[in-house]
Amino acid sequence: MLRVNNIEVVYNEVILVLRGVSLAVDDGQIVTLLGANGAGKTTTLKAISGLLSTELGEVTRGTIEFDGQRIDRLPPEEIVRLGVVQVMEGRRLFQHLTVEENLLTGALIRSDKAQIAQDLEQVYTFFPRLKDLRRRIAGYLSGGEQQMLVIGRALMARPKVMLLDEPSLGLAPLVVQEIFEVIRRINRENGTSILLVEQNAQVALDIASYGYVMENGRIVLDGPAEELRENEDIKEFYLGLTELGQRKSYREVKHYKRRKRWLG
Amino acid sequence: MNWALFPQFFVTGLLNGGPIALVALGLVLIFKSSKIFNFAQGHILMLGTFTAWWLLTQAALPTWAGIGLALVVVMLMGFAIERVALRPLVGQPLLSIILMTLALSQVMQGGAILLFTAQQRRFPQLFPLEPYKLPEITIGETTVRIILKQNLVWSFVIAMVAVVLFALFFQYTRMGLAMRATAEDHQLARSIGLRVNHIFGLAWAISGVVATVGGILLASLSGLGLELSIIALKAFPAVLLGGLESIPGAIIGGLAIGAIEALVQGLPKDSTIRSMWPIAPYIVLVIALIVRPEGLFGLKRIERI
Repeated sequence: MLRVNNIEVVYNEVILVLRGVSLAVDDGQIVTLLGANGAGKTTTLKAISGLLSTELGEVTRGTIEFDGQRIDRLPPEEIVRLGVVQVMEGRRLFQHLTVEENLLTGALIRSDKAQIAQDLEQVYTFFPRLKDLRRRIAGYLSGGEQQMLVIGRALMARPKVMLLDEPSLGLAPLVVQEIFEVIRRINRENGTSILLVEQNAQVALDIASYGYVMENGRIVLDGPAEELRENEDIKEFYLGLTELGQRKSYREVKHYKRRKRWLG
Repeated sequence: MNWALFPQFFVTGLLNGGPIALVALGLVLIFKSSKIFNFAQGHILMLGTFTAWWLLTQAALPTWAGIGLALVVVMLMGFAIERVALRPLVGQPLLSIILMTLALSQVMQGGAILLFTAQQRRFPQLFPLEPYKLPEITIGETTVRIILKQNLVWSFVIAMVAVVLFALFFQYTRMGLAMRATAEDHQLARSIGLRVNHIFGLAWAISGVVATVGGILLASLSGLGLELSIIALKAFPAVLLGGLESIPGAIIGGLAIGAIEALVQGLPKDSTIRSMWPIAPYIVLVIALIVRPEGLFGLKRIERI
């Protein structure tokens, strides 16, 4: 349903940050996009959601299609209304609004009152802690609670595709587990497709059915999640696993070679 | 100070603050949703009030129809300003946008001269001239008499009603929530699907209407001319005192400025301070900026520790 075809993204009319990125997210699928800092993961999400245009970025080549409709020239607010919602990196919320007001802002694009109330209840069942904090000013929540809040807010828009940008960033492992459990439930119970950008390859590949690996503005590897989990390169660079019994120097030679292959 | 006159000065000052508060409310509305400090506020209300004057005297419409129509005109003007002058500046530094409002004020000044000439006009009386007299109170030797012009009382009442309406609007309506959200973070607002441009347009429209109501009340009190726009200069200290993001702050700031001006005027005739009453609001402004830069009710930056 979501297709990114060979896009090129340029910032400030000069800086080329994506070079020929293609990916696809099918109905009800969880797809993950892995890569190091600066690889272009966030830029890819912003290209899809249209937020690129608010930062002087532009898709200069290629197309992005959602349900067969081209969306790469649309402003972000219209893309959201089609059902593609991005949860931005760094837990961006309306600090001075209460928790419940923050959630309700997510539903401002809808007008079906009864459904909105129902969805609010659903968010509270996904994240019971938010219900206890509903009257609290959002800016004072803890990091984990804020992450729950921004995911809940995205849910209030009834998205068909959710673009999640590093939901695990700076959170304790237990909280990460809790949040990913809910992401799985959102996917299963609401049938929402999810494109997940992560540094934490372990949790991402656990939850996703398909994965892409980015480096230097292009996709260098892709495949079903279980295949990626077994891939030697992924194991070494992203999962921190190395083959036992190898001599250190040998590994470093290999490391260098592999990186070279990817960067080329 | 003549203590028998003190209550009279104080109450008159407070009531004088009513129209200032309305203009300040308009400034806050725009600032709240877009972080733009609107230097053209005074000129918008001046044009709006001239429009009302023209409709009432030249077109000879009945009072309420004339004022209602003028408010519609101001509202359209607000939408037009957003569309023509501000939308092309989206993404530009805030300072450019603020300077644009300064430029707008000059254009409107010129427009007003072209359309209505620079002549002083008499604005039709909206309320009977007969003042309200409060019952006299005698405390010891002094007898306190308070006389209130109806105009002043009504502008005060209207200001208060406007505040309550706006507070309710922001707290309980979806549009109010959208405006508060937009005020905090434009990019985030767009990422949840809000049409930020429409919201700015609406803020400018409402702000112009509120300010024009203040302008009309002032004009019916002291006549109409190009210098009506100067009232906005008194609204600036009012909003900074009350806090740029705060609606109750705008009102309290406006009333405080009115009261302070009047009290300084009430000082004994021979004191030098008395003759300085026109700058009293700005002295308050300087003190407010030094002591409490975010204003009485402004938003403090939330810093999580």
